[in-house]
Amino acid sequence: MATPMEEIIEITNSDKNVNPLEQLHKEEDHYTLNLGPTHPATHGVFQNILQMDGERIMSAEPTIGYIHRAFEKIAEYRPYYQITPLTDRLNYCSSPINNMGWHMTVEKLLGIQTPKRVDYLRIILMELSRISDHLICSSVIGVDTGAYSGFLYVFQEREHIYDIFEEISGARLTTNMGRIGGFERDITPRAIQKLKEFLVRFPKTWKEFEGLFQRNRIFMDRTIGAGPISAERALAYGFTGPNLRATGVDYDVRVMTPYSSYNDFEFEIPIGNNGDTYDRFLVRNAEVWESLKLIQDAFDNLPEGPYHADVPDFYLPPKEDVYNNMEALIYHFKIVMGETEIPKGEVYHAVEGGNGELGFYLVSDGGRTPFRLHFRRPCFIYYQAYPEMTKGSLLSDAVLTLSSLNVIAGELDA
Amino acid sequence: MTQTATELVPHIQSLLGNDLLDAYLSYDMTTLVVKSNAVINALKTLKEDEKLDFHFMTDLCGVHYPTNKGLELGVVYHLHNFKTNIRIRIETFFSELDPRLETATTLWPAANWMERETYDFYGIIFEGHPDLRRILNMDDLGMFPMLKYNPLEDQTRTDKNDKMFGR
Repeated sequence: MATPMEEIIEITNSDKNVNPLEQLHKEEDHYTLNLGPTHPATHGVFQNILQMDGERIMSAEPTIGYIHRAFEKIAEYRPYYQITPLTDRLNYCSSPINNMGWHMTVEKLLGIQTPKRVDYLRIILMELSRISDHLICSSVIGVDTGAYSGFLYVFQEREHIYDIFEEISGARLTTNMGRIGGFERDITPRAIQKLKEFLVRFPKTWKEFEGLFQRNRIFMDRTIGAGPISAERALAYGFTGPNLRATGVDYDVRVMTPYSSYNDFEFEIPIGNNGDTYDRFLVRNAEVWESLKLIQDAFDNLPEGPYHADVPDFYLPPKEDVYNNMEALIYHFKIVMGETEIPKGEVYHAVEGGNGELGFYLVSDGGRTPFRLHFRRPCFIYYQAYPEMTKGSLLSDAVLTLSSLNVIAGELDA
Repeated sequence: MTQTATELVPHIQSLLGNDLLDAYLSYDMTTLVVKSNAVINALKTLKEDEKLDFHFMTDLCGVHYPTNKGLELGVVYHLHNFKTNIRIRIETFFSELDPRLETATTLWPAANWMERETYDFYGIIFEGHPDLRRILNMDDLGMFPMLKYNPLEDQTRTDKNDKMFGR
């Protein structure tokens, strides 16, 4: 299939029968369009300065950094357990993944082995957040194509996922879930009840949503061929996650570098062919089914046992013990005052976030705070391909491409 | 599971020669320390050698060790080979008085924004970069905020009363 740019060239080079209105204007006729920073179609705070020829985009220049909050700098001044709330605010559509990715990074640094129950609970929560992340992205593609109802149906399900998060951590969006070494408390019967209800109700809703879109002729015509990228370019641009898989590369951190006992489970990596908006949509939708399967498997095989690793040096003791037990009080004091011994070293840990490989590069010099912490934010890395992906496409396709890339402003700007 | 690149180190050593200053295992990843004037050459070798084939740039970031006199600033690259599933880390250090490094955008377009970010926060100038501007901070910031010399917040602020709770 010809790319939009080739189409233009074809139009300009073809014979005189072409409608003159469709012919390319001269460069001096191009005009500048400011898409953003606060445009409802961009779903986040980023600006694109577009050079337009009629409805075609000639070039795009993204400006980012509108919600930069200097997390990497702040992290150098905070003890390890206080960095979890910062990670919430990276990709705020799936904060538990960020929280647990951070915990696992620190656990790698400290050499902590977590019990199976912790691993499985983490899988359940991370896959729940992946579902909530993907359903936002997929339904927003629907909104941008003009189909609003799918969005409303699945947002109810997101509320139910947030109810489960609330039951576990007390918060809905910025969850600050879990602790280094495990969880602060065991999963409650109410959370289990809500999870069970979700597992029964959600597949029906998701099937209905897929039925609305996946073979819908209007939706297909609108999204097939919009914002395509080849596998080679995607790899060169550092794409990861669903956007890379839509181009046909089966790279998934959960399989390549299993963490949190993901290797105990069987699941598929859905891949696409063309790397366009439609393929990204389908890959995300298929991943939701795989996530559901993982949640069900992990939930059915959830082992009994402790909900945190036995590391009194790093895991805050229960408050009851702090008041009644000398050792617990000492540990509590040492953890809060930053007197625990942290090994020196450099560690990189990656998890499969909602948008791709979310990496944490942590340098410790033995102090109570990280010496250097760098977040490898998948959004930040692949969003730079946006000008190339939209070049020559229609403005309405550019909006679709943006939402199908699932660029989350919080993760983009850190 | 991810393999470590330990068994590849002799091969890398033979290709890079004296440009390779050090190679050690840090947790699960092999770390190479490379001379700063040869880093792009080393990355190119790691990317294009058939046996190594580190074709994917995972990450690029700066780091600042103010006590490491003469070699204060560093840039850390993370590469990944999807086929053999081996990750590798390349570090290079140079003086903060002359923070210049060749750009990696010639090898990976992904390095573009990551180098801009590194410039933005550490003031490292990537020579040959097509568009080296600040990316996350405002253009007239006038400092490089992630350098260790710059404290988190201006400690001389007087508009907040911190008598009770401290800073």
